[in-house]
Amino acid sequence: MKNKLPLATAVITAALLSTAHAADKLDASCASCHALTKPTDTSIERIINRKGPDLWYAGSKFNADWLMAWLQDPKPIRPAGYPYFKVIKEGPEHDVPDASKITAHPKLAKAAAESATAALMALKTPDLVPAGAFKGDAAGARMGALAFTKLRGCITCHQGEDGKGGFSGPELTNAGARLQPDFIAAYTADPQRFDPHIWMPTLTLKDQDIQRLTAYLSVQGRGDKK
Amino acid sequence: MRIFANHRMSAARGWTRLALVPALAAAALILTPDIGRADPPIEQVYDIYCAQCHGLKRNGTGVNLPGLSVRPRDHTDTKGMGDTPDEELFKAIKDGGLAVNKSALMPTWSAVLSDKQITEMVKYLRKVCKCGT
Repeated sequence: MKNKLPLATAVITAALLSTAHAADKLDASCASCHALTKPTDTSIERIINRKGPDLWYAGSKFNADWLMAWLQDPKPIRPAGYPYFKVIKEGPEHDVPDASKITAHPKLAKAAAESATAALMALKTPDLVPAGAFKGDAAGARMGALAFTKLRGCITCHQGEDGKGGFSGPELTNAGARLQPDFIAAYTADPQRFDPHIWMPTLTLKDQDIQRLTAYLSVQGRGDKK
Repeated sequence: MRIFANHRMSAARGWTRLALVPALAAAALILTPDIGRADPPIEQVYDIYCAQCHGLKRNGTGVNLPGLSVRPRDHTDTKGMGDTPDEELFKAIKDGGLAVNKSALMPTWSAVLSDKQITEMVKYLRKVCKCGT
């Protein structure tokens, strides 16, 4: 046990230093809205005051090809802006996003997008997103679609493949192009492990649900969608 | 020789202690609690978590209404809310709609809200519905 302590220490320290190093390579303006290293502040106030989603696990979340293309032509991912609760206003039938409060993400030139993508993809968190979280059974997609739209109610907050759905969560019409399947599975199982106080609830899903939902979502927006 | 051996042992102990410094620093980074932080006002907690479905007007007309197959509870409904006991409201928030034989679309909030916050939320709902007990 005694001998393992220095080793564990070295591993933790190395992981923290490598993440910090990768984050250093990003333009300082990224850090003005996004957490690029794991925040020490886990309070609800941070959720209220932050301007953009955390990116300290970006390398375990995004597909690099999508990220590089998006940084050069950033289209909104969250139909009610971020955070949604600072953007919405009362509407005639229901609350609606106030478009005047949604700010566009800066557009990067190709070279800047390439270096930003490389730095973001280095921000990996294998402890949160273990390889194999999605077991790869594509056959579950059909039941996953049913779970998304009806049984588990994901569509309440997320827009699905046909653009129908709620507004408070990111749209998932292109989830397969944007997100790594292991991330979809790990995040859906326990969003608060990634982001304490995030407004996505932890649903009481069985692993079978998670696998089916991931099978469905991980082909959305991909050219090879079956 | 014995002195040398003792010296080596104490040096090894020293290294182990030295290794504890980054270990403790890493642990502090990872485990820093929200010491001394007060919860935000319960209305603001409602705006973050509940309003996405129940709405800014608290009447079930949230921004997610287009994605909902079941209309969320109107928290301004004095009669309907008045007929629902505090314990049921608490359970619905903590364990979800199914726990009180209501819609599965009302999720469990126990991973986000503390029991204290849920108790405060129930009190707040009594103000919203003007059906306080």
